[in-house]
Amino acid sequence: MTAVVEPAAAAGEVGAARRRKEDARLITGRTRWTDNIALPGMLHLAILRSPHASARIVSVDVRPARRQPGVIDAFSGADIAEIQGSLPCAWPVTEDIVHPVRPPLADGFVRHHGEAVAVVVARDRDSAVDALEAIEVEYEPLTPVLDLAAASRDEGLVHPDKGTNRSYTWIFDSAQAGTGTDVADAAAAAEVTLHRQYIQQRLIPAFMEPRSVVVDPGMGEYTIWSATQIPHILRVFYALLTGVPEHKIRVIAPDVGGGFGGKLQVTPEEMIAFFAAQRVRRPVKYTETRGDSMLSAHHGRDQIQDITLTATRDGTLTGIDVKLVANMGAYLGLVGPGVPILGAFMFNSIYKVPAYRFECVGVFTNTTITDAYRGAGRPEATYAIERAMDDLADQLGMDPVELRRRNWIKAEEFPFTTVAGLVYDSGDYDAATDKALDLFDYAGLRAEQQRRRDSGDPVQLGIGVSTYTEMCGLAPSRILGALRYAAGGWESASVRVLPTGKVEVVTGTSPHGQGHVTAWSQIVADELGVAFEDVEVLHGDTRTSHKGLDTYGSRSLAVGGVALVEACRKVRDKARVVAAHMLECSPDDIEFTGGAFRVRGTPSSAKTLADTAFAVFAAHDLPDGVEATLDADATFDPQTFSFPHGTHLCATLVDTATGHVTIHRYVAVDDVGKVVNPLIVEGQVHGGVAQGIAQALHEQAVYDESGTLLTGSFVEYTIPSAADLPHFVTDRTETPATSNPLGVKGVGEAGAIASTPAVVNAIVDALRPYGVDDITMPCTPERVWRAIKRGGAS
Amino acid sequence: MSSSHRVRVSVDVDGSRYVDDVEPRTLLVHHLRERLGKIGTVIGCDTSNCGSCTVLMGSADGEQHSVKSCSVLAVQADGTAVTTIEGLAGPDGALHAVQQAFHELHALQCGFCTPGMILSAVDLLRENPAPTEAEIRAGLSGNLCRCTGYQNIIRAVQSAATALRGAAAAVLPSEVTV
Amino acid sequence: MIPVAFDYLKPSTVEEAVAALGASEDSKVLAGGQSLLPVLRLRLAAPALLVDLGGVPGLSGVRVDGDTLVIGAMTTHAEVASSDLVRRHAPLLAAAAATVGDRQVRHRGTLGGSLAHADPAADLPAVAAALDATYVVQGPAGRRSVAAADFAVDLFTTALAPDEVLVEVRLSIVDGWSTHYEKFHRMAQAWAIVGVAVAVSRSDGTISGARVALTNMGPVPHRAVEVEAALTGAPATAEAVAAACVSVSAGTSPVDDLTASADYRRDLARVLTGRAVCQALGI
Repeated sequence: MTAVVEPAAAAGEVGAARRRKEDARLITGRTRWTDNIALPGMLHLAILRSPHASARIVSVDVRPARRQPGVIDAFSGADIAEIQGSLPCAWPVTEDIVHPVRPPLADGFVRHHGEAVAVVVARDRDSAVDALEAIEVEYEPLTPVLDLAAASRDEGLVHPDKGTNRSYTWIFDSAQAGTGTDVADAAAAAEVTLHRQYIQQRLIPAFMEPRSVVVDPGMGEYTIWSATQIPHILRVFYALLTGVPEHKIRVIAPDVGGGFGGKLQVTPEEMIAFFAAQRVRRPVKYTETRGDSMLSAHHGRDQIQDITLTATRDGTLTGIDVKLVANMGAYLGLVGPGVPILGAFMFNSIYKVPAYRFECVGVFTNTTITDAYRGAGRPEATYAIERAMDDLADQLGMDPVELRRRNWIKAEEFPFTTVAGLVYDSGDYDAATDKALDLFDYAGLRAEQQRRRDSGDPVQLGIGVSTYTEMCGLAPSRILGALRYAAGGWESASVRVLPTGKVEVVTGTSPHGQGHVTAWSQIVADELGVAFEDVEVLHGDTRTSHKGLDTYGSRSLAVGGVALVEACRKVRDKARVVAAHMLECSPDDIEFTGGAFRVRGTPSSAKTLADTAFAVFAAHDLPDGVEATLDADATFDPQTFSFPHGTHLCATLVDTATGHVTIHRYVAVDDVGKVVNPLIVEGQVHGGVAQGIAQALHEQAVYDESGTLLTGSFVEYTIPSAADLPHFVTDRTETPATSNPLGVKGVGEAGAIASTPAVVNAIVDALRPYGVDDITMPCTPERVWRAIKRGGAS
Repeated sequence: MSSSHRVRVSVDVDGSRYVDDVEPRTLLVHHLRERLGKIGTVIGCDTSNCGSCTVLMGSADGEQHSVKSCSVLAVQADGTAVTTIEGLAGPDGALHAVQQAFHELHALQCGFCTPGMILSAVDLLRENPAPTEAEIRAGLSGNLCRCTGYQNIIRAVQSAATALRGAAAAVLPSEVTV
Repeated sequence: MIPVAFDYLKPSTVEEAVAALGASEDSKVLAGGQSLLPVLRLRLAAPALLVDLGGVPGLSGVRVDGDTLVIGAMTTHAEVASSDLVRRHAPLLAAAAATVGDRQVRHRGTLGGSLAHADPAADLPAVAAALDATYVVQGPAGRRSVAAADFAVDLFTTALAPDEVLVEVRLSIVDGWSTHYEKFHRMAQAWAIVGVAVAVSRSDGTISGARVALTNMGPVPHRAVEVEAALTGAPATAEAVAAACVSVSAGTSPVDDLTASADYRRDLARVLTGRAVCQALGI
């Protein structure tokens, strides 16, 4: 028998704090950002953007630009009117949704500040930018529709031909769905009613790498590099929108510098670059400036939330009634209409509520489109319910943790069908909360709060609670279909064992900071008994990874990781047959332990995967019916979502003289199920919490009364630096998901979902003695100061 | 008018001398990326906020300081020596202690801000070899990161500071596998 | 973005710089460039000529001249903040310079550039006002001195003629005063919503002298002379200081903008001035 060298990975890679394979290039500057690409003969684009929020384009004259030095071409929307079509919306959430045409280059009208109006193609970027100034555009300014509430009442129309600003109305009612009772009955019988209106301010995802696209037209074959989260989806839409056959289009997402949903889009610039390359028959590149990005890349959030909770006097929830007005911006984005609908299933959160109704109206305004931003619908929902729970606790004179505990689903009640119709597979809210309370020193901080209140300290302390769950692992295809989403939610993986036993993995996920190369290597190492270093992960190129649905919605591990496991297991089953043949026994007598195929009862008789791989490669003596490859593909379509949960606690110090807020302590205990790499999980939580804090305290996209975006750079749109954020205490509980073989749930969005209400609850808690019961985000020093003045108490 | 005569600029970048005629309006970062092929240095904003383009710059024989190469004209760099992320590792490829610590402590995710962040940290530690957490946070306030929440960056800088001081090994999370 | 094309001159003397500025209809002085270059990149300005002072020897550095501290206009914020001489004789300036922008900006940005740019939100003009700085400027007719109070004229406008260059800043050395710069901003990187520069002297339990200047409470730095008078002779107690600072925003004209409204800035000025004086007094 062959002597077997035990693979190093036998101890178990999954769960190990592996340092990332991705880092080597990134820390040395040997990176592959789209803007680094320089092709022979490549030309550069610059885009002229509308200074108006709403205007009729009387005329565009690009001829003066064509005469500028170095300029190859210049064109406007009218020049490509026959071919440019309309940018896609893949999620028309209702049958009668109002879906206005959205040409990549404005044609006839502009409907938001920054909309693309004309393009220059030049030998270099500087010449292209210079030539923009020669383009002559005459606008007839129109009155923009900017106020969301007024827009929802059709006071002025964004698209006059549509006759309304209301794109859709989407309703869920537990009484009609059969998942619960009627909120009207709950309201009639309510002992306690709490009504609040919360505002989800508009945010800008603000990924650090500005978007960039390179289109190489070849000879009828198009190679496109784009800083996108969705190379596969983009390829499909390129084919659908341009008429170029899909197999003649290759999309590559090379190194991509962050996304957070902001690069989950089919953009005007991607289409414009394509048409430009078609016109000039040379490669072209467009890299946006930060200013372009703030205007043109989609924004997030922007909802008016009316929420009514009904309860008994002892704090048992009896109903939740939600009315949303969601700002779509000037057009519909790729999944924009669906974003609030993802929240529809989350307002009931972790609570047992008998009655629930949700109604959302999607409304157009003369602003940049909104679409997915970290959490997409779920942070908004979680904010409303968690703010309302703290307010209800205050109204009832109860501790906010105790109110939640009274209402949440108990560990022994899983699986639990919620009033929104979802089946939560697992969770332990008591365990996560108890751990968080302990780490936080909840009792000690409450005592400190009381001391400051008693002494009239100008710096008051507040404590904010946020218990959350989210639905992620997007998504079961049949549910997406029922929600009228155009695509499915499966994910794909291929595993190829090379003759020397090394492994190539092809994944349909498209990482842009999440560390899939590392985590996928860990999974494969365990499944196939190979070394972590012996796995290569290929992604983000539709030529090598021809099938996939990309990365968003905390789906990559919970869907793509599971597909990978299934592909590995297919490979293992095939290798088992080969190993049995080599070991001259029945496959039924082979077990896979310690990274090798062994004869049951005679463990020293063994073959590694590498042994079988070479045997398959040589193919001299394969069992009948076995192909000479050790490869497998798998596609996984989840049957349900996954449901991470957790408890975040925040203590703030509020300077009542200036309104300045300091985060004094922040504790996050998350339950994301089984953890593949704790370093990566912790990093995701840190980043998510930071973005959630930024929503609570710092960030807001602001338009003036003419519809000009005032926060058009990082001077005005203030994303926090290291000096503006606190240290986070993070920990986990681990309740494995039962809905997938890895037991994983997803972690990308959790921090951003949980943290925002924790922070605002803490500020309001500090200021309740001053008569403050809400502060509209972001809670800037001035807004806090004003709330104290307005409150007038104490 | 835009006659703008080109100006001869000589700059040492990562140990090599480059002499070029550049337009006065050319930013140092564009000169580095587009003329010299130093694509490790990147551009994240127009307003000198994000710090992604940070490089070290100084006199050829003197001390180098962190600067934002989007807010320096290439002509202003004439006669200076510049270190980019690509020149930070040793000639044998050995990583700088800050690069190593960023890897060990998972101080990067998408990695776009990382070159600037690392060079800012190198500059900070040159001036203050034993910074407190607050000093690190303040010292890196000219570099924006959207992925990490900065916590692991702070840890990495602390760890690199320890390593650079030659003290005992920094506190690292346990690594289960070999 | 990239700037509109311009011509570039790097003179080796102030005289050459002055001559070049005088000969051009549309020129700008380039000092550290930390305010100017972002403006050019955004194409908010498009001068035909940049005159770079980076090649003029002798414009940078700190020295003591009798009872005067002299700081060259091209001295960077980092050099000002770390200079032993500045820290000893003008600690208020050193402290404020350490709050400008961020490390990278402080490595390039200069004292003279900041003062000549005259951004109402910039920290150093108010500090110079509080310290009764004298600005030495050079033009075709040679050098002249301008008092801090006369230098800032309006928003982004100074007493500098188009063909004049700020060459140095002179501060009378007044040892024995305690100082504090209180900067209130939303984010570490952001401009001051309000800043307060304070220098006080005390004898026994009484404030014997006070200088107070405010950042961003109007188009130019605001010297709060009434508050200085009210503080002088007051007991060095928190209550007395607060009482003296109540009307600090009288006569100011802060802007209402995206960052903060005028009434908030006025109230902040009151709170922060009290705090800055107490901080300087160590009470």
